[in-house]
Amino acid sequence: MLTYLAQEPLPVPETTAIEPPPVGAVWPILIILAAACAGVLVEAFLPKHQRWSTQVVLTLLAIVGAGAALAGYIVDAPEAGELAMYGTLAVDGPALFLWGTLLALSVGAVLLIADRSVEPGGAFVATAAIRPGTVQDRAQVQSTGMQTEVFPLTLFALGGMMIFCAANDLLTMFIALEVLSLPLYLMCGLARRRRLLSQEAAVKYFLLGAFASAFFLYGIALLYGYSGSVRLADIGAAAAGTDRSDTLLFAGLGLLVVGLLFKASVGPFHTWTPDVYQGAPTPVTAFMAACTKVAAFGGILRVLQVAFESTSWEWRGVLWGIAIISMVVGAVLGLTQTDVKRMLAYSSVAHAGFLLIGAIALTEKGLSSTLFYLLTYAFTTLAAFGVVSLVRGPDGEATHLSQWAGLAKRSPLVAGVFTFLLLAMAGVPLTSGFVGKFVVFEAALSDGMAPLVVIALVASAVAAFFYLRVIVLMYFSAPAEDGPTVTVPGAFTTAAITLGVIVTLLLGVAPAFALDWAAGGAFAIR
Amino acid sequence: MSINLAAEVAPATGAASQAWLLLALPALGAAVLLLAGRRRAQGWGHLLGSATVLGAFVYGLVLFFESTGLSPDQRTQDLLLFEWIPVGSLDVDIALRIDPLSLTFVLLITGVGALIHIYSIGYMGHEREDRSRFFAYLNLFIAAMLLLVLGNGFVTLYFGWEGVGLASYLLIGWYQGRGYAATAAKKAFLMNRVGDVGLALAIFLMFKTMGTTSYAGVFEQIGGQSTAVVVAIGLLLLLGACGKSGQFPLQAWLPDAMAGPTPVSALIHAATMVTAGVYLIARSSPIYSLPQAADARLVVMIVGAFTLLLGCVIGCAYDDFKKVLAYSTVSQIGYMMLAVGLGPAGYAFGILHLLTHGFFKAGLFLGAGSVMHGMNDEGDIRRMGGLWKKMPITFATFALGYLALIGFPFLSGYFSKDEIIYAAFGEEGWRGWVFGGAALLGALLTAFYMTRLLVLVFLGKPRWEGLKSEDGKDYHPHESPSTMTIPMIILAFGSVAAGGILATMLPEWLEPSVGAVAEREGLVSHGMVAVMATVAMVIGAGLAYLLFARGEQPVERPQRVSWPVRAARADLYGNHLNEALFAKPGTWLTRALVFVDNRGVDGLVNGIAAGLGGSSGRLRRTQTGFVRSYALSMLGGSILVIAALLMVRFA
Repeated sequence: MLTYLAQEPLPVPETTAIEPPPVGAVWPILIILAAACAGVLVEAFLPKHQRWSTQVVLTLLAIVGAGAALAGYIVDAPEAGELAMYGTLAVDGPALFLWGTLLALSVGAVLLIADRSVEPGGAFVATAAIRPGTVQDRAQVQSTGMQTEVFPLTLFALGGMMIFCAANDLLTMFIALEVLSLPLYLMCGLARRRRLLSQEAAVKYFLLGAFASAFFLYGIALLYGYSGSVRLADIGAAAAGTDRSDTLLFAGLGLLVVGLLFKASVGPFHTWTPDVYQGAPTPVTAFMAACTKVAAFGGILRVLQVAFESTSWEWRGVLWGIAIISMVVGAVLGLTQTDVKRMLAYSSVAHAGFLLIGAIALTEKGLSSTLFYLLTYAFTTLAAFGVVSLVRGPDGEATHLSQWAGLAKRSPLVAGVFTFLLLAMAGVPLTSGFVGKFVVFEAALSDGMAPLVVIALVASAVAAFFYLRVIVLMYFSAPAEDGPTVTVPGAFTTAAITLGVIVTLLLGVAPAFALDWAAGGAFAIR
Repeated sequence: MSINLAAEVAPATGAASQAWLLLALPALGAAVLLLAGRRRAQGWGHLLGSATVLGAFVYGLVLFFESTGLSPDQRTQDLLLFEWIPVGSLDVDIALRIDPLSLTFVLLITGVGALIHIYSIGYMGHEREDRSRFFAYLNLFIAAMLLLVLGNGFVTLYFGWEGVGLASYLLIGWYQGRGYAATAAKKAFLMNRVGDVGLALAIFLMFKTMGTTSYAGVFEQIGGQSTAVVVAIGLLLLLGACGKSGQFPLQAWLPDAMAGPTPVSALIHAATMVTAGVYLIARSSPIYSLPQAADARLVVMIVGAFTLLLGCVIGCAYDDFKKVLAYSTVSQIGYMMLAVGLGPAGYAFGILHLLTHGFFKAGLFLGAGSVMHGMNDEGDIRRMGGLWKKMPITFATFALGYLALIGFPFLSGYFSKDEIIYAAFGEEGWRGWVFGGAALLGALLTAFYMTRLLVLVFLGKPRWEGLKSEDGKDYHPHESPSTMTIPMIILAFGSVAAGGILATMLPEWLEPSVGAVAEREGLVSHGMVAVMATVAMVIGAGLAYLLFARGEQPVERPQRVSWPVRAARADLYGNHLNEALFAKPGTWLTRALVFVDNRGVDGLVNGIAAGLGGSSGRLRRTQTGFVRSYALSMLGGSILVIAALLMVRFA
């Protein structure tokens, strides 16, 4: 136990005897990162026409391989979890659940990214460095090449996310945060259509992300100053048992949390979300909306439960307020959106508020219900953005809502699938969204947060309005005259959307197995 | 003692273990007929419909004879079919209770039901197109009614209760083209809902206080409940019974229900369904027999006595064949209610009257149907007269039913009604005089209006000669086909003999279900009651004969009549009462609610929506698209978060 004062020189933390790291637990991460490096080499050495197929096969194999390694590890994983990589990674029940979720989601996301039939040549521009509006740009519109670097970038981001939600100390967490963010900044700017919007989104995301990272890093510094360690468990122990200045602790906590909330697009730190979701190529938006949310909330859950559980009385009220702001901002601002992608962005802000409710219920139920909600929400969102990519006008995706009027008359299947996904987001029974909301609200109720649950219910009622408005628009409005065409998706996009829809339905009808898995274990506090 | 009935339930054995067949046969018939569609089932639908009920009747007979072979304390059997609603502490099974009371009803329902199915083959002969649907509804009714009487708990009873309500609704509104039939169907359905609410509340109350709704569980624990609970359950059950059985104040739907085809009136609205209320009270005898329930029983008696007089008085004034019979039904069920309200002294006689009434009232209705069938569906008895020559079989069977109903010595009604009158005189003090007197007065009035009916229809001059029916055709009265007359003849035998046979056997047979008949020293002796009842009957019949058989009867209804006749013609203002007490205030309430909904609720909802939309429009201006303002908002948020955290900590 650390019992010295902050003014004293900080001693070097006791080094534990170096023992060989248990590699078995981290195989999934190693496979993903190794494949990402291999992907970079593929870009360097393979001729252009072979890269796409090689990258797709490599990426999917890596994800499947990582999934297999994960499955192999889970079979005889220790009940209480274990530490890996000299204690920097905590491979415990929640981490394994999040890894599985991330890997399954990224299969869908990679399929969306790899698709070349919806947008001839893929959604990514061949040479992103060409400035929009120039002669080269106009020439490039005709070509069907694709920026295949997007695949290793995806794998790097995925690897970062996996490390992020298993990170056992704040420095690892920060590195992981950067590893997952930097590829995403790049990927946002690669859109073939509406290049200016896309590049603007990338710059905004990068600037604000850097800003948030600075908060995060400063928070780490303050917490280190408080506890003399960056280990979550050590910080938790220090917060529970020292008489040092709490200013450091709470200022550090606040800054740290701001960095995390930014990534999770929780209001009022959500401002980047609509712009970036709208500007980024839709497959990247799908990847970002689904996977980043999972990783960020994985991190939030771990930080709050491992490091700050003992001080929950102090910070809980503040996070109450943030959850309310997020839900209200997401639900109310979503009402007046006219762009489908922006609407889904505000929906994700509202959902982030619901998720935060589960995250601040510091009970076993709170943890498992939040994990389950992440699983349901991520798959629904992935499929929803997949559908958005199908509805196209002459110049790319038709994302303005007025263009969706009467869509059901022209393509009932797409409209039906989108309706189902919207109902899932609204939380209608028989969809996963209902079960997710139900378990989170139940957990919050049993942890004494009834007023918050009431506000959440009101917010979800308000949010239901804009989901239903799209349904009404698709089914009961006269089709727009020069309305968009719905592209018949290729096998990749079809597979990704089907995956999302099936998971949404399955978790709505028979959620028990996933709930059991989510409740599989607590965070390892070591 | 009847309170401990619950202890004697044995699991069903022998033929009783397959008793689900009773329900399955008619239910299957209804399903097949409804699914086959009217065109495909046109040729055989009526045969299948009749066969399933006949099969159920035969099976019921087998059960009955097997049951008579058992000793009385083994006659109550339970048969678990499956668990229906196993949720939390509520555990409702679909299970059958086979005991003397339910078997009695099974035989009545399937026996009379089978006869009426056969009769309907002829009666609905004009509507071949739709006949199979008609039989499907009749089968549906039989299945639901059997579930009602065979269920071993109040929830199962309620299931059947609603099922017969549905079948009744469908059949009253059978003539969809006639507006009044649709209105009558709706009226029946709505007024029945009022009663159903009572029954449902009674069931809720049982679950609340005793945690069970099965007969065995409720009867075992009801003794330990407070007086308030027992009386409340008793009164709520009575409300349910009043709805289904057309008792005051819910009697007004029954006469209107005659808008349905006559076999329906005979089967559902005279012989079986409307007696469900009596069944409910008799089945709940362990509740009503409790000393705590004395007040509830008194209310049952008052309702019964009042309704029996009300039905008689209105019956005297009506000129519509079936409506006279309908009010007669209301009045006779009043007798049964009075009987079961008397407690252990009357349960068995209530059921006895129910059975004999089932025979002769079904016979009378079938007679009415036969007459109307031969008279172009004419129902106005003032346009009839002298029909006995044209329809000898109908006349003979009708006359026997008539004699049985008015209590002619040694016919069915004589035995059952006299017992009720005697039992009513057996009450203590003023009650004996009031209820006995009412029952006796009812006997006089019954004889009066039934004689009037018989005379106007069958005797006197044939006033229909030279008149045309509504559709402009001449009347050609003729005897009905044998599918119609044979059931009438069988029922006539029942009208004559059933009372005498059953009067001695039934009370003993029912003992395991409703307890032994309590013998009491009455105000007047048994023989005296018989004499008084017969005298009342003769006075009533004679008075009617003097008034209506001699001299001309006008074809048109006389308009200048005295006040009591006007009141009776207006259903003793029953509809006005309902309208003033419930319908008008209800309408006002709905209007007020619509106003509140339009102005208040909608205003609130639209206001909130507009407010949210407006704030959304304003808030979205903060989303400027400039990174600098985004960063500023993040910074502001961060400062707030940190400030709040520190404030919480150090405040």
